[in-house]
Amino acid sequence: MSESDTLLSCTDVTRYFGGLLALDHLDLDVHRGEVLGLLGPNGSGKTTFFNVLTGIYAFSEGRAVLAGRDVTRDTAQAVYKAGVARTFQRSRLCLSLSLFDNIMVGNHNRLSLGMTFNLLRRRAFARELEANFAAARDLVEVFSPALADRMNEPVANFPMLDRRRIEICRALISRPKLLLLDEPSAGMTHEETHQLMDDILAVRAHTPELAIVIIEHETSVIERITDRCAVLNFGKKICEGSYAEVIENEEVREAYLGAA
Amino acid sequence: MDNVSQASAARRPDSPQVITSLVMGLVGGALLTGFAAWFLKAESEYVVGFLLLLAVVGAVAASRLGALDRIGVAFGAYEKSLYAIVIAGVLVLAWIFRQDHFTLLMITTVMVYMLAGLGLNVQFGYLGLINLSGASFIGVGAYTSAVLTMHSAIPPLLILLIGGVLSALVGCLLILPVLRTRGHYAAVVTIAFAILFESFLKVNDILGGPQGLPVGAMSLFGWSFNNPITFGGFQASFYMNYLLLTLAVLALAFALVRRVERSWIGLSMDAVRLDETAAACYGIGIRRWKVLGFTLGNFLIGVAGAIYGMMLGFIAPANFGFSDSLILVSIVLLGGIGNPWGLALASAIVVILPEKLQMIQEYRFLLFASLVVLVLLFRPDGLLPRGMRNYLPGRKVAP
Ligand SMILES: Nc1ncnc2c1ncn2[C@@H]1O[C@H](COP(=O)(O)OP(=O)(O)O)[C@@H](O)[C@H]1O
Ligand SMILES: [Mg+2]
Repeated sequence: MSESDTLLSCTDVTRYFGGLLALDHLDLDVHRGEVLGLLGPNGSGKTTFFNVLTGIYAFSEGRAVLAGRDVTRDTAQAVYKAGVARTFQRSRLCLSLSLFDNIMVGNHNRLSLGMTFNLLRRRAFARELEANFAAARDLVEVFSPALADRMNEPVANFPMLDRRRIEICRALISRPKLLLLDEPSAGMTHEETHQLMDDILAVRAHTPELAIVIIEHETSVIERITDRCAVLNFGKKICEGSYAEVIENEEVREAYLGAA
Repeated sequence: MDNVSQASAARRPDSPQVITSLVMGLVGGALLTGFAAWFLKAESEYVVGFLLLLAVVGAVAASRLGALDRIGVAFGAYEKSLYAIVIAGVLVLAWIFRQDHFTLLMITTVMVYMLAGLGLNVQFGYLGLINLSGASFIGVGAYTSAVLTMHSAIPPLLILLIGGVLSALVGCLLILPVLRTRGHYAAVVTIAFAILFESFLKVNDILGGPQGLPVGAMSLFGWSFNNPITFGGFQASFYMNYLLLTLAVLALAFALVRRVERSWIGLSMDAVRLDETAAACYGIGIRRWKVLGFTLGNFLIGVAGAIYGMMLGFIAPANFGFSDSLILVSIVLLGGIGNPWGLALASAIVVILPEKLQMIQEYRFLLFASLVVLVLLFRPDGLLPRGMRNYLPGRKVAP
């Protein structure tokens, strides 16, 4: 891999919670267009890595550079603007809002937000609305044609599988460079998990430039969709490589057995 | 686009179903106006009690039969006709009671509360900011109108705007603590402000101290609102002036708040209320929307206060105490958080009921408190819950 293929470069990323070292001098690179699996037992710091990277928590030490731009001190809003979109381990949709509204939440930076545009220039607003509706519909259709006919229903009406799909659509609508998926299969059956992974592979086929970091526990899923894996334990990266290499690693086996 | 129009064909605005629902809405509007007139006329508490019972039975029956939903759908497509029916209803009531000072004052007070409720609705209903000092911001508007009508030559219509702007500016004093703290702490800040504000008015002799201040009348194009209206054989109380003006201002404010909701602004505010962390991760500037919504809300509340002061002709600190703020909040909770129509219903209940049932006057707080608790328990989204956002009502294409 050459330098220009590196999309995200993290060096020495460290995060303390009081005395607890949740991320321990983590070095991690993500290349353009790859799917990187982020593995590790519960409590090993995977979600914390996402939270620090996306500006929810500050870095205690270290830095992150995205496409040549230092995002270490950026706010959550700025990181999103730089091209990083994410989903959450515990789904965080706006349940009382419609499917369309939820996806538009993810499109915030590409909407016209001026007072006169929104309140007075209603024709122009209607045009922007219709263009966005069509785009959101097309995106949802990649995941599920049935969902695309229910754009105006509240998200609370949908089962978990659809909610995960909607959450991923919300992250994708702004065409990010990097997509962070935090346990997208949590709370779903084996069957549903594989359906969702088909969707993710379909997205990948549509947008070859997009890099994805996915936190996932199910080994068959990891094997199927990741190009590369990194394993955390107690906030430290203990191993990095292809799935086959990673599962053969002695330290990784110990980490999982130790935690189990 | 083809699929979109197919999907919405089922609820085309001109289908026969929609037409019958529209007629039902028209009949419903007429019935409601008649009911309101009867209620406002009622003097014996037995009649009032009977009418209340009738209202409850009627509302339950209508919702069981699905009439409310159908009317809602019909008006989703033909919203302008709904506005026309409602405005016509208010005008009919105004006509019926044209010489009855007290009833006109009461109807106008309902509209003033609803106007202030619209402001709180932006703050609490859209952004989730709990403002327990609504009456203080009404007070800022009212005192502005008192000082400016008595001591300046500024046209009173402009004073309404100034009342709103000053209220919004005073709100900026609170904006820092409201932004810094979350949830209940922000609410406590506003309570402290409400109490400070009332004490400030009481000790401030320039503003009349505890006795309060007289307020000059509204006037438009040289027409003073203190004059009764007469032309030809038509005679009406001077309160008719205020009723018509308040109706016009309220209609404007209602349209404004609706447009806020039906735009990316309303969407962003909803996202901030529902999940700040997720909103931030999608680029939504939390502060920006909170400042905008809080300020817009206080502006509307201040305008309501300025009209109210001019109409009353005399104001005192006791009108703007913490308990009045609680009444305002109960309007938003009762009506349906985030639904401006709910405010109309709730304002009517909160203003008219205690006047009609004198026996409950003293227990009015107890009554509203229990009402709010009951509604929150059994209809947590309020009497008229907010529906899905309909960005462009009446359009055939889906959104
Ligand atoms: N906000 C927080 N405050 C304190 N400790 C936290 C916080 N978030 C995470 N942690 C701790 O950091 C460690 C890593 O957690 P997390 O990143 O959620 O793990 P994973 O996602 O790998 O299961 C855990 O010990 C967790 O308890
Ligand atoms: Mg986690």
